[in-house]
Amino acid sequence: MTIRTIKVDQLARVEGEGALKVVARDGVVQSAELNIFEPPRFFEAFLRDRMFTEAPDLTARICGICPVAYQMSAVHAMENALGVAVDGPLRDLRRLIYCGEWIESHTLHVHMLHAPDFLGYEGAIEMARDHADIVRRALNLKKAGNSIIALLGGREIHPINVRVGGFYRTPRKRELQPLAEDLKRARDWALATVRWTAGFDFPDIERDYEFVALRGDGEYPFSQGRIASSRGLDISAEEYDDYFEETQVAHSTALHAHLKTRGAYLTGPLARYALNSASLSPLAREAAQEAGLGTICANPFRSIIIRAVEVLYACDEALRIIEDYEEPERPAIEIEPHAGTGYAATEAPRGMLYHRYRLNPDGKIADARIVPPTSQNQPSIEEDLKTFATAWLDLPDDALRHRCEQTIRNHDPCISCATHFLRFEIDRGD
Amino acid sequence: MAISARERRVIALCIGNPQRGDDGAGRAVAQALRASLDGVDIIEEEGEATSVLARLEGADAAFIVDACVSGAAPGEIRRFDVSAGPLPLTAFGASTHGFGLSEALELARALGALPPGCVVYAIEGENFTFGAALSPNVAAAVEIVADRLRADILGQ
Repeated sequence: MTIRTIKVDQLARVEGEGALKVVARDGVVQSAELNIFEPPRFFEAFLRDRMFTEAPDLTARICGICPVAYQMSAVHAMENALGVAVDGPLRDLRRLIYCGEWIESHTLHVHMLHAPDFLGYEGAIEMARDHADIVRRALNLKKAGNSIIALLGGREIHPINVRVGGFYRTPRKRELQPLAEDLKRARDWALATVRWTAGFDFPDIERDYEFVALRGDGEYPFSQGRIASSRGLDISAEEYDDYFEETQVAHSTALHAHLKTRGAYLTGPLARYALNSASLSPLAREAAQEAGLGTICANPFRSIIIRAVEVLYACDEALRIIEDYEEPERPAIEIEPHAGTGYAATEAPRGMLYHRYRLNPDGKIADARIVPPTSQNQPSIEEDLKTFATAWLDLPDDALRHRCEQTIRNHDPCISCATHFLRFEIDRGD
Repeated sequence: MAISARERRVIALCIGNPQRGDDGAGRAVAQALRASLDGVDIIEEEGEATSVLARLEGADAAFIVDACVSGAAPGEIRRFDVSAGPLPLTAFGASTHGFGLSEALELARALGALPPGCVVYAIEGENFTFGAALSPNVAAAVEIVADRLRADILGQ
């Protein structure tokens, strides 16, 4: 028997710290473990006994890349618990700030973390030496996303202007105009990015994923819609716990999420696109067609094109919202607390982010549950590795290691988000 | 002197997180400089790479201060002329997300956006506990670096 073990002790170009172990026996991959060893972060525990109004700012601290996603899942879950619906211009502004986050997070991943894999560079710096114009374009595109978040959120990272019921302050119409000018340029850069990524050389492989994402009612989803899957799941966020479960695995400080009846599933750009491509703006839809994506794409290596398409959509959608914006009468709906349980799922750049809160009558949080996209995708990432790596076993170790790392980066895992839970049990046998 | 500094755009880019003990060393240097240096753009940043990159844009000279962890004695000060070559990775390769000051400066160099004069002062940190004050050796180093930076900038 020949045994081959590939270990990557420190994964590069992912958000956070993780490792990977693949074990092969007689030319077949037996196991692939994405080992997440960042210490657990206990966010759910320290949300307890805090006021419902604090959840958006506390949970935003889970991630410096996608704080808006945490804020949006938190405010929607709280509003669900308290029987409030936020619509009109306030809802549009929430979509707008989410556009900002997709633009900046996806642009960072596409160019700095993922593209070097396809072009044969160690990383973004080496790539920038040969492709300075593209990296400059990426930095400007990312800046357009940052500007949206800074204007609506009060600052670029960990925004402070989002609250349950709306915002602390809403912008005047004229304040949004300079953003529109930036976004028109950004939209051109985003279209160029779709075309650039479509020209990469992709391995010709697919997987039969169960895609899970929000399905928007005629709109590409950010914060609202039913939780749907490519195999017929169609539920509200309230029903999430009936259909999904999280389990602990020995090799990871992040939990693994599964569909109770069917196991691993995939959330993120591939899933959103598969379930919602018809709701993209005409420009984004055309760009996707031109890039050869079809209506469903099950090749995870091509997720980079879908991220680029989503950036283009986010620029387009942001411009539409700014164009149509009417200043709301008040920045937020005042909400009186009462006992209740609230549920929400929204679409973080890397996939669906589920929050559930139970509130005491005084509005303090009795318990909280947060399921980030990386916990949901971890089993599928490991299955990708098991499925694909057998065909790569003839490669030398360095090349094989690189392919495996790239397979993980396909899903843009955010390890810092996912390490938030640890249960300690001791069995002394007495 | 202050006027000539204004004609050439000179920035002091002071990086760190004041909530994390000695990681606040760069920010403390900014505070010390503010009291005594006119005509220089004193900028405080948390160190996110693309923000650092944006700050360098259009500067003729950049003086950067950051805490580092290289195994040297706490409070040890090192000066690197980045216009001559990259920072040593052993001291600056420890960013959680793998994209820190060293990478930001090399990306700037690759893009032709590195200021013609670019100097990094690194202060070796000791204690990075949440909410801690600067440790004594680092607090002393902050004063020294502020003096040396003042001399660097005024002596240009």
